[in-house]
Amino acid sequence: MQIEIDQISKEFGATAALHPVSLSIPSGALVALLGPSGSGKTTLLRILGGLEFPTAGRVLFDATDATNLTVQDRRAGFVFQSYALFRHMTVFENIAYGLRARPSAQRPAKAEIARRVTKLLELIQLPDIGARYPSQLSGGQRQRVALARALAIEPRMLLLDEPFGALDARVRKELRAGLREIHDTTGLTTVFVTHDQDEAMELADLVVVMSMGRIEQIGRPQDIRARPATAFVKEFLAV
Amino acid sequence: MSDTPTTLKSKTPQAHRPVTTESPGFRVALIAAVIIFLALLLFAPLVAVFAEALSKGAIEAIKSLANPEATSAIKLTLIVAAVAVPLNAVFGIAAAWFITKYDFRGKALLITLIDLPFSVSPVVAGLCLVLTFGANTAIGGWMVAQAYPIVFALPSIILASMFVTFPFVARELIPVMIEQGRAEEEAALTLGASGWRIFFTVTLPNIRWALLYGVLLCNARAMGEFGAVAVVSGKIRGQTATMPITIEMLYNEYLSVAAFSLAAVLALLALLTLTLKTLLEWRFADQLAAAHRP
Ligand SMILES: Nc1ncnc2c1ncn2[C@@H]1O[C@H](COP(=O)(O)OP(=O)(O)OP(=O)(O)O)[C@@H](O)[C@H]1O
Ligand SMILES: [Mg+2]
Repeated sequence: MQIEIDQISKEFGATAALHPVSLSIPSGALVALLGPSGSGKTTLLRILGGLEFPTAGRVLFDATDATNLTVQDRRAGFVFQSYALFRHMTVFENIAYGLRARPSAQRPAKAEIARRVTKLLELIQLPDIGARYPSQLSGGQRQRVALARALAIEPRMLLLDEPFGALDARVRKELRAGLREIHDTTGLTTVFVTHDQDEAMELADLVVVMSMGRIEQIGRPQDIRARPATAFVKEFLAV
Repeated sequence: MSDTPTTLKSKTPQAHRPVTTESPGFRVALIAAVIIFLALLLFAPLVAVFAEALSKGAIEAIKSLANPEATSAIKLTLIVAAVAVPLNAVFGIAAAWFITKYDFRGKALLITLIDLPFSVSPVVAGLCLVLTFGANTAIGGWMVAQAYPIVFALPSIILASMFVTFPFVARELIPVMIEQGRAEEEAALTLGASGWRIFFTVTLPNIRWALLYGVLLCNARAMGEFGAVAVVSGKIRGQTATMPITIEMLYNEYLSVAAFSLAAVLALLALLTLTLKTLLEWRFADQLAAAHRP
């Protein structure tokens, strides 16, 4: 699905989290929102997911206005920074949640839900953890379960907020490859937030560099590296 | 290598003593103080109540409970708790939800207001209810004309009990809900769940232990409330006299077996509440522990 962000701005009371920003994300792209803390990455991602409404501007999905679409209707697979797994449900129930929450006419039968959950557990390469609770998983496993849960609803896009933020370097590398693979097999338009430039450069087709609520540069990783558009980008990449 | 264990062992008493540990003498004194305190303030009175109730034998005690005045008091107290506690549970959840899931102006003021019943004397609260809903006020007068008086009748007893016990549920829930944040609810939203579904499948399971605890405390307090109910009920024997009120009246008339038998029932109800809580905690200890890990 193609995503168009048209002059979106967001104010929280007196603070402007986003000055009008515009961004066009081609269908099937893997995009990184890269920037320092407080630059508005999460805010932009939450606006895409429908968890926050913009103060002004429009969001278009496949050229239709989605600005006022509710979270539920957006069908965006969202992976939260702290994963936000349902702590009182097993991994199986976590992944099945979105399917079970569908209106009865569209809800798959019990056996079909089980089949799909099993398939997702295989996709994240954790076939045997369905009966466990989130508290019994490692950080990396939780992250993958959160990804499976988001994929279960057959989302139109995938949004991830610092998906590897809380993990150690080795697990991050592994999961990066995993995300790339899942993106390539599903073909989902994917936007992820990171403040790690290596992660952005290695993983993304398109990198969006943000600072203080503004987009500094949009481009392919190698182009941004070769030709930083602003002094900020140059300095940020140098670190 | 072979002597390592012995060297370790010889060091143990000093090296392994946690920095927070007080001297043994102090510890014993502290524990003794707590036990004496509990014995004097909790166990002794509890035993005394039962001893007094049974002082003329179990038959007399049971007979006194079969007295219509006593049965009516027990029934009234149970009715009041059965109405006031569920309503306060609902209001408490709503208040805690509102305070923790939304940002708005005057939040601090609202939290203070929720605590108001803790700081206002129950007698004053009762008087306020009489002044608001009494027979010579607009609402109260109208209700009397409809043959449904509020004051000196069941409605005011329920209102008074609700006012006094309002903070319990909300107070238990607010810190738990603040700690848990909104992330799980937001995740459920992105998965397409409706508001009610989220409430019943995500929010409620996450707060169920705090809720249970709040409800049990609320219940214990609702059954035991004296001051506010004494003012609004009019203390009509066999009609508006709850258990605590009836106990006081019987006691003032030197009917000590009757008074203490009823008091023993009230104490038993409280003990039952606590036992229930302990049993549930014990039964669900695993889940409780799992829920507390992030
Ligand atoms: N709910 C909110 N209320 C008030 N201000 C907010 C809120 N959410 C974000 N902000 C502000 O908006 C700005 C952008 O925040 P945002 O969370 O989008 O940054 P970020 O780029 O995701 O940062 P980080 O890398 O630290 O997660 C910050 O100045 C932040 O303080
Ligand atoms: Mg962020």
